[in-house]
Amino acid sequence: MLAFIIRRVGQAVIVLFTVGLVAFAIFRFMGDPVENMLGQEATVADRAALIERLGLNDPIPIQYLRFVGGALQGEFGISYRLGRPVSELIVERLPATLELAMVSALFALAFGVMLGVYTGIRRDGFLANVIMSSSLIGVSLPTFLIGILLIWIFAVEFGWLPSFGRGETVTLFGFWESVLFTVSGLKSLILPAITLGLYQMTLIMRLVRSEMLEVLRTDYIRFARARGLRRQAIYFTHALKNTLVPVITVTGLQLGSIIAFAIITETVFQWPGVGLLFINAISFVDIPVMAAYLLLVGAVFVTINLIVDLLYFAIDPRVRFDSPGKGA
Amino acid sequence: MSDQALLSIRDLVVEFPTRRGLLRPVDHVSFDIHRGEILGVVGESGAGKSMTGSAVVGLIDRPGRIAAGEVLLDGEPIHRLSEDAMRRVRGRKIGMVFQDPLTSLNPLLRIGDQLVETIRTHLSVGEAEARKRAIAALDEVGIPAAARRIDSYPHEFSGGMRQRVVIALALAAEPELVIADEPTTALDVSVQAQIIALLKRLCRERGAAVMLITHDMGVIAEATDRVAVLYAGRLAEIGPTPDVLSRPKHPYTVGLMKSTPSTLGEGGRLHQIPGSMPGLRAIPNGCAFHPRCTKRFERCDKERPDPIPVGAGQIACWLYDPAEGDRHAAARAELAGAGSDPAAIATAEAGEGAA
Repeated sequence: MLAFIIRRVGQAVIVLFTVGLVAFAIFRFMGDPVENMLGQEATVADRAALIERLGLNDPIPIQYLRFVGGALQGEFGISYRLGRPVSELIVERLPATLELAMVSALFALAFGVMLGVYTGIRRDGFLANVIMSSSLIGVSLPTFLIGILLIWIFAVEFGWLPSFGRGETVTLFGFWESVLFTVSGLKSLILPAITLGLYQMTLIMRLVRSEMLEVLRTDYIRFARARGLRRQAIYFTHALKNTLVPVITVTGLQLGSIIAFAIITETVFQWPGVGLLFINAISFVDIPVMAAYLLLVGAVFVTINLIVDLLYFAIDPRVRFDSPGKGA
Repeated sequence: MSDQALLSIRDLVVEFPTRRGLLRPVDHVSFDIHRGEILGVVGESGAGKSMTGSAVVGLIDRPGRIAAGEVLLDGEPIHRLSEDAMRRVRGRKIGMVFQDPLTSLNPLLRIGDQLVETIRTHLSVGEAEARKRAIAALDEVGIPAAARRIDSYPHEFSGGMRQRVVIALALAAEPELVIADEPTTALDVSVQAQIIALLKRLCRERGAAVMLITHDMGVIAEATDRVAVLYAGRLAEIGPTPDVLSRPKHPYTVGLMKSTPSTLGEGGRLHQIPGSMPGLRAIPNGCAFHPRCTKRFERCDKERPDPIPVGAGQIACWLYDPAEGDRHAAARAELAGAGSDPAAIATAEAGEGAA
């Protein structure tokens, strides 16, 4: 178990170094930040001074080491656009994205599992077929379109929910700006969370459904029925638990993409998270911000994969290494 | 043995509507099982053995259904019960043991949890009492250190041990009838006899009746009181085990016995019944066995024989119809002679002695 964790952490470090290399390469090959920062009237001397200040004259390996060294300490340099440390910007914006992503993931998981179980049990039912057909919409409509449609219906037509922003926030622990504790914050969270989570929800639902159909055909479900167990026990204790291993894998990986793809939803709803920060950075070739964002997303994915692997241990006793005495 | 049968199957028909027509895996089958009795059900794959078992507990997969006939448990019809009422019968009145112990247990739940859940579903006992009973049940089926092993997962047991757990589960709520569907087929030969002996002992101790579905003649000889032979979804012959094994009367049963290898026999080539059992889409007219039967006559491909009482059993064959008089006496004598294989008799009598 410990060896397994150490091995996985080692792999995670390698992945992050690779992502770091890519992020660094962007520094080198994407546009000329100096041009952007100085504008037309700058003198050659200004130019040289700025290049020196940004360290762009040093050999490339030195620059890479400096980048990695900084990244390890959480320093990603100064934003070219905003003139503030990137780490400060990210810490400021991250709570908004994390709250949005978590609420979306919970929404996707809760509704995905519920609807998946329902459509799996009532395979030929009318309502199940309606749900399955409409889930195709969730899978095939692009996120920004869903967001715009939701804004049109619930913000413009009915006026129930705000169409952009985070509403009022409460500051926790001195830096965490949370929307979870104010009415206007929660109201402004609903539409973006649904927009972001809808695709994942339909994905989880379809996965749970097909796994349920698979599991309900197994001998142990037949034996459970032959023992006269109640339906709820068969469906929720015996069947659902056996569907969870693939569901956890997919949900975990999707959580990573929820954070990564929050970019689009944050843009549509002008949600002030890291995704929106990234989009704005792209239009200004604000390379330190972009590189930091890349590393952040990489770190999130790697961490989630690690957690997913560890969850297998919790759910499936067969992958536990330290099982007591083998068969009689 | 009271005169009312515990389980009574009357003219049971199971049908599966398919795109290419209606299939009848079970076609007008009738038999009784009395309290404390072990009835063997034999036949080739597809003869309708398992389907009959599934029909009794109402576990036929859709679109299959019981199209006609009755299933009476203690004289009460159970084939028309609602799903929920039937659920209460399953496990409580009728326990089931399936073929493959490796796949019969939920891999993610401790065996103790599966036992406690089954006990508490059917009997109104508390968690602690149910656990006590679960340990007792495991102990009874011969799981060593049951109190410790109760918290193990299925994959921590060997195949034979798992089948013991399955039997403990099937008997957990003390059913009156146990349907064992090829309980030893997936096991090592060395373990098979232990499992059969265990099943037999537990059912005798509790006075439960058993419907033992198998295609293993050794198991039939060793464990059963009576045996029913199915062919193409129909009952060919039913009678006391020693009679059927050593003095089979239906031409199919005679062929079946002659094609069964016996360790007590002298060796030599095994008999084969020419042809193969018809598929469900191509059941012949009249007697389903007639195209393969060496004793067929003009009536066999026209009229379907119903089981005719002969001695202590019933045979679905026109040769034994009293209306035919003595004109088939020679054929019957030949079948009787062919069936009196000394090895088969020895096997049957060994089984009888053990019972």
